[in-house]
Amino acid sequence: MGVKQVVKGNFATAVAAKLARVDVVPAYPITPSTLFPEQISQYVANGEMDAELLLTESEHSAMSAAIGASAAGARVATATASQGLKLMSEMLFIASGMRLPIVAAIGNRALSAPINIWADHSDTMAERDSGWLQFYAENNQASLDLMLMAFKIAEDHRVLLPAMVGLDAFVLTHTMEGVDVPLQEEVDEFLPPYEPVYTLDVNKPMTFGSFGTPAHYTEFKYAQWEAMERAREVIDEVFAQFEEKFGRKYEQVSEYRTDDADIIFITMGSVSGTARAAVDRLRERGIKAGVAKMVVFRPFPFERIREVASKAKVLAILDRAVSQGLSGPVFADISSALANVSDRPLLMDFIIGLGGRDITFKDFDDMAEKAQKALKDGKVEQEVNWVNLRTELLGGE
Amino acid sequence: MYEARFHGRGGQGAVTAANILAAAAYSEGKYSQAFPIFGVERRGAPVAAFLRIDEKPIDIKFQIYEPDAVIIQDPSLLEVKEANVKGGLKPGGIVLVNTKKEPSELDFGDAKVYTIDATGIALENRLGTQTNPIVNTAIIGAFVRATGTISLDAAVKAVYELSPAKRDENVAAVKAAYERVKGV
Amino acid sequence: MDKITLGAVNTEPGSSLNYKTGSWRTMKPVLTPENCIFCNMCWQYCPDSAIEPADPKEKKPIVIDYDYCKGCGICVQECLANKNVNLKDALAMVPEEK
Repeated sequence: MGVKQVVKGNFATAVAAKLARVDVVPAYPITPSTLFPEQISQYVANGEMDAELLLTESEHSAMSAAIGASAAGARVATATASQGLKLMSEMLFIASGMRLPIVAAIGNRALSAPINIWADHSDTMAERDSGWLQFYAENNQASLDLMLMAFKIAEDHRVLLPAMVGLDAFVLTHTMEGVDVPLQEEVDEFLPPYEPVYTLDVNKPMTFGSFGTPAHYTEFKYAQWEAMERAREVIDEVFAQFEEKFGRKYEQVSEYRTDDADIIFITMGSVSGTARAAVDRLRERGIKAGVAKMVVFRPFPFERIREVASKAKVLAILDRAVSQGLSGPVFADISSALANVSDRPLLMDFIIGLGGRDITFKDFDDMAEKAQKALKDGKVEQEVNWVNLRTELLGGE
Repeated sequence: MYEARFHGRGGQGAVTAANILAAAAYSEGKYSQAFPIFGVERRGAPVAAFLRIDEKPIDIKFQIYEPDAVIIQDPSLLEVKEANVKGGLKPGGIVLVNTKKEPSELDFGDAKVYTIDATGIALENRLGTQTNPIVNTAIIGAFVRATGTISLDAAVKAVYELSPAKRDENVAAVKAAYERVKGV
Repeated sequence: MDKITLGAVNTEPGSSLNYKTGSWRTMKPVLTPENCIFCNMCWQYCPDSAIEPADPKEKKPIVIDYDYCKGCGICVQECLANKNVNLKDALAMVPEEK
């Protein structure tokens, strides 16, 4: 049993880094993730944490330092968001290609322009091809727990890939909620020290980040692909070990009232709890709705999504980001998961909660109404739907 | 579920008041959630913070649109239309205002009105400065008395633990406000 | 056939020694040793670290490592003996003899 505390999401991720006995934290502060380096700085200054805090001159440098430290065999954590993650982007692919299990907490925030500091998933969605494992937290407890599990999954020798844990800007990063903070000895039992395969060592020099010619590059990418595939089974194992140790259950996709559902909302992140409460209200009105929350987005949980799809007549997919000229990214990925499934439900995409727009019961009522119409008609008239769009503001261009 | 909305001005500690009350409720075995209207960090700008308290885990994550109580830390906000301090208050809900006035002097329709001279209590306890008194701990004491959602003991403990400075003075402000709130 | 390694790590240090990169020159710098003034400007500027520095105390001139010299001519440009009209040229580019 840990210590029950009311804390902000950023604190939850920082305390997770401390409990994971992280060796190096290279960071550049950015709203809404600034509290992470602040908290780590306090821990280091107070002697509560034996780590090197590197305050770099940019996020690009922060990730570069993370890569160097991880290659030297350190356990490394950082945090960023939005434009900061974009500035890291070049280095993200190098971290994954070099197979370095860095863990990053991302305070999911909208991208400029226009400049906006509030929640959506544009930042991490744009890095879905970066080769990092991606987890999305629903609340502050999950932010802490997923960080701890991310180290164990990322550092498993079957995986050796970096991992990012997304927690929605402000809605989690700055919200106070009760969290069970595990004890150090419990975490030590759960998470063994990182054992690197190769390390930068002056006594045994090696070349890191070397050249990959056309004769070898494809095979390096295939090896990375296989590691990501193996991560599926490692994630399930680590989730099970975590439940055994701490009593909190995590699944790649968590279902709520889906067994007899006509409409299943697919959610990620902080909206998932609102979705469950909304489903309870819809059910009171005789609408058979359910929720499937995706905790893992990379590797994409194909099998679980197919299982969920087999139960529903309409999948109402919530996207807190948009791939301009296509659809929401989650919708696109789920569509590909069901491409060769013959008896699939109708798929509807709902672009929602961009740039911190509040997601309320009314939005779920509106989505359910559209889904019910599709159900009645047996077809989807409009695949991509923008929820709570203030049409009165349009037409000024 | 009990839902409260705190209105103040940047720098007065409305957000911290909600945070401390969330910690106090949690320490009593209840579930709680506190968060600000995000992004407004300018000193003196109207700010709002939200507090939810429940016996069950709190899943919902949106802002509070129909509060059971509104707490107005700065009476000048009553005149600021954009602050919309009365917005969505539930019928028969609670209004708590930091003012020297009597509840009967304020018109909030069918709401149950409480008043507390939190500014006076903050000055007595030398919290903040003469020009910028920090009223939030006095507001906490009045909130506890007016809403009955949290025990005074839990509030006092949370204020003591979470105060960055002047712990005893802050606790004294909580207790004084608990005694002096008008409308009880 | 060597297998690929995790993250493209090359576990054998100094493996660049296995690759002679100076095999495709058209011109090469040639030193007149008695004209070398041991200033080591060529050594500083050589982009391929293909020059072994001179030792002024021992009056030992520079040595060009033709295994790695790509024949760019920067050393000839930077040579202080070449630049000084009062000194005889120490380095000159000459066509590679095949």
